[in-house]
Amino acid sequence: MTKPQEDIQFDYKFGFSMPEKAVFKAEKGLDEQKVRQISHIKKEPKWMTDFRIKSYKVFMGKKMPSWGPDLSKINFDDIYYYLRPTENQAKSWEELPAEIKETYDRIGVPEAEKKFLAGVSAQYESEVVYESVNKALSKQGVIFCDMDTAVREHPEIVQEYFGTLIPPHDNKFAALNSAVWSGGSFVYVPKGVKVALPLQAYFRINSERFGQFERTLIIAEEGSDVHYIEGCTAPIYTSDSLHAAVVEIFVKKNAHVRYTTVQNWSKNVYNLVTKRTHCAEDGFMEWVDCNIGSQITMKYPSVYLHGEGARGEVLSIAFAGKDQVQDAGAKMLHFAPNTSSRIVSKSISKEGGRTSYRGLVQVSPGAENSSVFVSCDALILDEESRSDTYPYMKVKENDIEIQHEATVEKLGDEKLFYLMSRGLSKPDAESALVLGFMEPVTKEIPLEYSIELNRLIRLEMEGSVG
Amino acid sequence: MLKLKNLTVSIEGKEILKGIDFEFEKGKTYAVMGPNGSGKSTLAYSIMGHPAYEAGEESRIEFNGTNILDMEPDERAKEGIFLSFQTPLSLSGVKVFQLLQLALNGKKDPLQIRNEAKKYAQELGISEELLNRPLNEGASGGERKKMEVLQAAVLEKKLLIFDEVDTGVDVDSLKSISNFLTKHKEDKTYIVITHYNRILHHLKPDYVLVMIGGKLAKIGGPELAKQIEDEGYGSIK
Repeated sequence: MTKPQEDIQFDYKFGFSMPEKAVFKAEKGLDEQKVRQISHIKKEPKWMTDFRIKSYKVFMGKKMPSWGPDLSKINFDDIYYYLRPTENQAKSWEELPAEIKETYDRIGVPEAEKKFLAGVSAQYESEVVYESVNKALSKQGVIFCDMDTAVREHPEIVQEYFGTLIPPHDNKFAALNSAVWSGGSFVYVPKGVKVALPLQAYFRINSERFGQFERTLIIAEEGSDVHYIEGCTAPIYTSDSLHAAVVEIFVKKNAHVRYTTVQNWSKNVYNLVTKRTHCAEDGFMEWVDCNIGSQITMKYPSVYLHGEGARGEVLSIAFAGKDQVQDAGAKMLHFAPNTSSRIVSKSISKEGGRTSYRGLVQVSPGAENSSVFVSCDALILDEESRSDTYPYMKVKENDIEIQHEATVEKLGDEKLFYLMSRGLSKPDAESALVLGFMEPVTKEIPLEYSIELNRLIRLEMEGSVG
Repeated sequence: MLKLKNLTVSIEGKEILKGIDFEFEKGKTYAVMGPNGSGKSTLAYSIMGHPAYEAGEESRIEFNGTNILDMEPDERAKEGIFLSFQTPLSLSGVKVFQLLQLALNGKKDPLQIRNEAKKYAQELGISEELLNRPLNEGASGGERKKMEVLQAAVLEKKLLIFDEVDTGVDVDSLKSISNFLTKHKEDKTYIVITHYNRILHHLKPDYVLVMIGGKLAKIGGPELAKQIEDEGYGSIK
């Protein structure tokens, strides 16, 4: 699983690592005993231990997915599955061990919290080490905590929803997550409550050969509204790490959830994530999914449109540079009349990077008067890079409206010449064109994040000229 | 100011410009006329440095005394050269303000850029809304040409080459472009590539250059443009 260090040569601001000072680290590799151990340390109820053991068996019985990118390099025996960084969760940044606090300072989390967030959760390795939520929100009944706490303190809600939308047998990595999950967020928004500012979760991997398996569950009750943002970073190592998350979201009648991801893992991380939403009558789910980092990403946020008038949207950006594969897309399943879905995917590949759009739109019989819009655009920056499109449509209903657009373009010489004739250097001209290409998606992201995203892309572009 | 010495230029191995010698002087206005395919646009692209146009080994383009032939287009732009495109592109997601800001790279305050662009837009009769849209997206032919002229003004270039700034432009727009260029002439040098005498009524060239078959066939005063208008290129011998 090692690869030469010289392969990693991009300017990655978050590539630093801190000395590992775990209070507990499970041995490398995975067996049933290890799964029981994790559950035991977490003092979980029996139903969760049973769920984990069952999931572990499903995981062992499942083959690796063979239809997408090459995952044969992943060695499940060479991964650390559980690492507890601190004894207790902190309620203020000052309580954290110095090296962990410094990590978040350098990523800029405490700063962001002060400025524009309603709640923050910070996960370091396996556990959420810091958590805070606006007191006014707590009074309104909003729950924002890590998943482990939720299992202890809100078992009745958790048990009703956990693993019902993405069961362990959904896919091999969902099964793995179900067996060894740790951390992640639990968000519960009561009926009619609109959370004005975003809730944010930061995921950080610090150790080598580590597997992070966060588990997130969001429930937005009738007429409620919430925006959840996640950011991900990791140090640069020569060995690979694995990030396999499961995210389940329930959008009730008339509710609205927006889930924004800015994924910027270092390029030694496998990012294999299952994300799905159940959307009820007139509910509205938006996935805004930006994948810049990681070695291989496989991620297809889905919306199951179960209620009449439900709406689903996936806006995504994927950037694949040297040695990167971004296999991303979306799934929209229409089960009810008057449902609508919209997928806008923008991908950029350079220096031999590969992007794929893999999408599924399924319209079941009876989902009449539904509408489907799919637009996927790929921008290829040089001859070595590649982009593929796999758009599947399974339509079993006649009375619907479908629009599908797909374009592949190369960064045109004429456009470059035009910009350079105005005085822009070649890298500036290239990044202006790339950022312009992404603009339909980036304008949907909160300003603070779109600035960061544009900065990241510009860095990646500069690397190509160097 | 701009000296062409034995300028031969080929594209994909085909020679288009066949040895041009000429010196453009600072502060003057030049009209470049000639039938289709005579090499007018090639001349413009070569001065700006389009990578597809290859100059001959003996050729030189000197700008204020330095040979610019090995310079990239952005370096030539920094020297003060501007090309107004015959068919200005539209750029998705790139706004005019962004473009100007990147081009000036800290030399002008963003607020100043914004104010100047707004002022020039007003003088040219283009709606301010167009400035907030991605460049030329959904813009008419006339608006696109005006946007080129606006950029040249904000960027404060010294040598401005207009490649058919008058084609696809209605009478009123032509008038506002010409008036704008006259008003902001100062000591700038204009090279106006055109098929028609129409724009020259407004811009009043000091010299008219006629290109035929990749060579400078004749050089004269404004009367030469009149002759071409009346009698065609056949009359140039």
